[in-house]
Amino acid sequence: MDRCARRCRSPLGQAARSIYQLVAGSLSPDSVEDEFELCTVCHRPEGLEQLQEQTKFTRKELQVLYRGFKNECPSGMVNEENFKQIYSQFFPQGDSSTYATFLFNAFDTNHDGCVSFEDFVAGLSVILRGTIDDRLNWAFNLYDLNKDGCITKEEMLDIMKSIYDMMGKYTYPALREEAPREHVESFFQKMDRNKDGVVTIEEFIESCQKDENIMRSMQLFDNVI
Amino acid sequence: MAAGVAAWLPFARAAAIGWMPVANCPMPLAPTDKNKRQDELIILNVSGRRFQTWRTTLERYPDTLLGSTEKEFFFNEDTKEYFFDRDPEVFRCVLNFYRTGKLHYPRYECISAYDDELAFYGILPEIIGDCCYEEYKDRKRENAERLMDDNDSENNQESMPSLSFRQTMWRAFENPHTSTLALVFYYVTGFFIAVSVITNVVETVPCGTVPGSKELPCGERYSVAFFCLDTACVMIFTVEYLLRLFAAPSRYRFIRSVMSIIDVVAIMPYYIGLVMTNNEDVSGAFVTLRVFRVFRIFKFSRHSQGLRILGYTLKSCASELGFLLFSLTMAIIIFATVMFYAEKGSSASKFTSIPASFWYTIVTMTTLGYGDMVPTIAGKIFGSICSLSGVLVIALPVPVIVSNFSRIYHQNQRADKRRAQKKARLARIRVAKTGSSNAYLHSKRNGLLNEALELTGTPEEEHMGKTTSLIESQHHHLLHCLEKTTNHEFIDEQMFEQNCMESSMQNYPSTRSPSLSSHPGLTTTCCSRRSKKTTHLPNSNLPATRLRSMQELSTIHIQGSEQPSLTTSRSSLNLKADDGLRPNCKTSQITTAIISIPTPPALTPEGESRPPPASPGPNTNIPSIASNVVKVSAL
Repeated sequence: MDRCARRCRSPLGQAARSIYQLVAGSLSPDSVEDEFELCTVCHRPEGLEQLQEQTKFTRKELQVLYRGFKNECPSGMVNEENFKQIYSQFFPQGDSSTYATFLFNAFDTNHDGCVSFEDFVAGLSVILRGTIDDRLNWAFNLYDLNKDGCITKEEMLDIMKSIYDMMGKYTYPALREEAPREHVESFFQKMDRNKDGVVTIEEFIESCQKDENIMRSMQLFDNVI
Repeated sequence: MAAGVAAWLPFARAAAIGWMPVANCPMPLAPTDKNKRQDELIILNVSGRRFQTWRTTLERYPDTLLGSTEKEFFFNEDTKEYFFDRDPEVFRCVLNFYRTGKLHYPRYECISAYDDELAFYGILPEIIGDCCYEEYKDRKRENAERLMDDNDSENNQESMPSLSFRQTMWRAFENPHTSTLALVFYYVTGFFIAVSVITNVVETVPCGTVPGSKELPCGERYSVAFFCLDTACVMIFTVEYLLRLFAAPSRYRFIRSVMSIIDVVAIMPYYIGLVMTNNEDVSGAFVTLRVFRVFRIFKFSRHSQGLRILGYTLKSCASELGFLLFSLTMAIIIFATVMFYAEKGSSASKFTSIPASFWYTIVTMTTLGYGDMVPTIAGKIFGSICSLSGVLVIALPVPVIVSNFSRIYHQNQRADKRRAQKKARLARIRVAKTGSSNAYLHSKRNGLLNEALELTGTPEEEHMGKTTSLIESQHHHLLHCLEKTTNHEFIDEQMFEQNCMESSMQNYPSTRSPSLSSHPGLTTTCCSRRSKKTTHLPNSNLPATRLRSMQELSTIHIQGSEQPSLTTSRSSLNLKADDGLRPNCKTSQITTAIISIPTPPALTPEGESRPPPASPGPNTNIPSIASNVVKVSAL
């Protein structure tokens, strides 16, 4: 009836509305959203000691991480929507949902649609406490969308577009349509050794190890936590 | 940046690993945590009740009292706790805000006390969550109305010399209690309305006989007296209407209002009668017009609040009344048809047609039962069914109408409130979003100042910029890495529009004024918010910027397609543009040079050029970039 109220301003409209209600019944069905097919089961992570063994975090670090995790996801599991929403808070100007989806798929190692605390901490452990090769491996895994062991230009283009989407509209210089594509071209020029159109993991790691900038930026993650 | 997700900042920074291999430039240095202390519990003593929380919980909102260094003023050295001499009940809500990110308003709390506490702790009330916001706004509005009423009653006792004569008159009309003159006027008009109505009534009463003719109504017997009375009333009403029209702040709105229409309808018959007295043919119509004089009784609604409320009530539940009417009509038609066919057989029946049976059905269903139309045996059966169902049909909708009316009335009020609040909420959210992105841009400018100062070798100024918290600086570092990855910078909306405006003005040099006027859409929408020129970002104009804005503004446009083959005059530019990415990266400084672009003389549809490289040093001139888009604007 609220919907109708906006449309039918004239008295004629109101009369017509009442006639319609008379015919169709004036009881508006309650629209209850029963769409909770997501993981509502509360999930408790394994004990601190086990996590300490599996990851390279100290006890205190795990405690801090878990407190933050539990605060945002009281049920113990993050689903994709939640994940996207959390990630979007850090990028107010752009649209980070696509990149967040790729991240979610990378964190969700067992592909069950939810990221539990163990998945979360395992991923963070590789990125923040792993060796450079581990980190490069993880990045490769992120780029390889269909997890077939090699990155094609289409996959890289998707990733690149999602990164550029995070910038939003108000940038200087203004974003052009073909900027991601050009970036992908330059990436492949650098990485694809045998010029076969795909980048395999060996090519990727080898090329990254040769690049000063990338090596240095990988070391940025050493003291994030 | 919202609170609870401050804990997720390490995750967001770790997720930036996806950008590193694709970036062509080196990443900026990460902010270091100089005093890396473990997260500690701090004790907040509010009037004796002790609250404990982590320090990082409070630091989520650095622009509030508890999140900033302002709380150090309240630190008690002896007991090593922060002491606040405030209400502990409200503090519970405040602390929960830090913990959960949602501010709630407890219903038992007084609204002004709550507002005072929020103001003390530096928290904006707009952050109140959806669950409690409506209640908060209702209470706040009631409070404001109460304050306004107090103010009004105070003000009414003072004289207000600053109003104009017209405004005083309008106030006197609307509010008879403002002055004695207004009160006198109010009662005089009321009296004359009553006189007019009574004369209309008495006019038709038969008033004794004149010998030799039949009984006359009083109106015809004492026609002169009645005419004088009528004239006097209409004079008064006309004068009143004209005065109101003169005093009305918005004459057009006054003319359209219901009361003024009633006024006009009430006095028109008299004037029409004056005009048409000589014409005997239309005297019948003239007599009919006199019935409109009864509308004068509605003029009482200015004098009576109750009448106004009744009118509003009827108006607002018009749909329910319509429903009642419709159901009655349905029933009447059904029963009239049935009665007609039932009575068709009998010879001397009054049920000559279905419309003739309508009268019987109405009289029976409303339980009037005049008895002028009586059915025979076959009709009696259906007649009894008709009268029984009449009771139901009449009696049933009335309570439904009454309850519906109150329900709908309150529901509409709540829906309107929610709709009004929704716009305000969205606006607030937008402001908060731009606030957080503005924080980054603001800190970038501060960072620029810091770098410039560092170059000039004044180390003590460094600390000026470090007023942001560690979390904020880490967040800004994250955004900076994203900028480096994509080779684009974040700017704010005003700067963006300024860029597009400037680029558009640059590209229409010779025909500046007419072209601008012929593309009003460009200037008005693109530059609707012109900001003053700020000189901290380079002003290099980019046709690409303009292209993008063109795409948004014009309805029809022919985009210069991306043609890799450009004219020879710009081949040198091409070379430059190719390695444009590299020079951009090598310099991490953002220069404050003003780069001027000589404008192209002709507008030809040429290919779109690449963006020019950012100047590696100050005061360089970039050769002209002629990228034109032929725009067929639909304006």
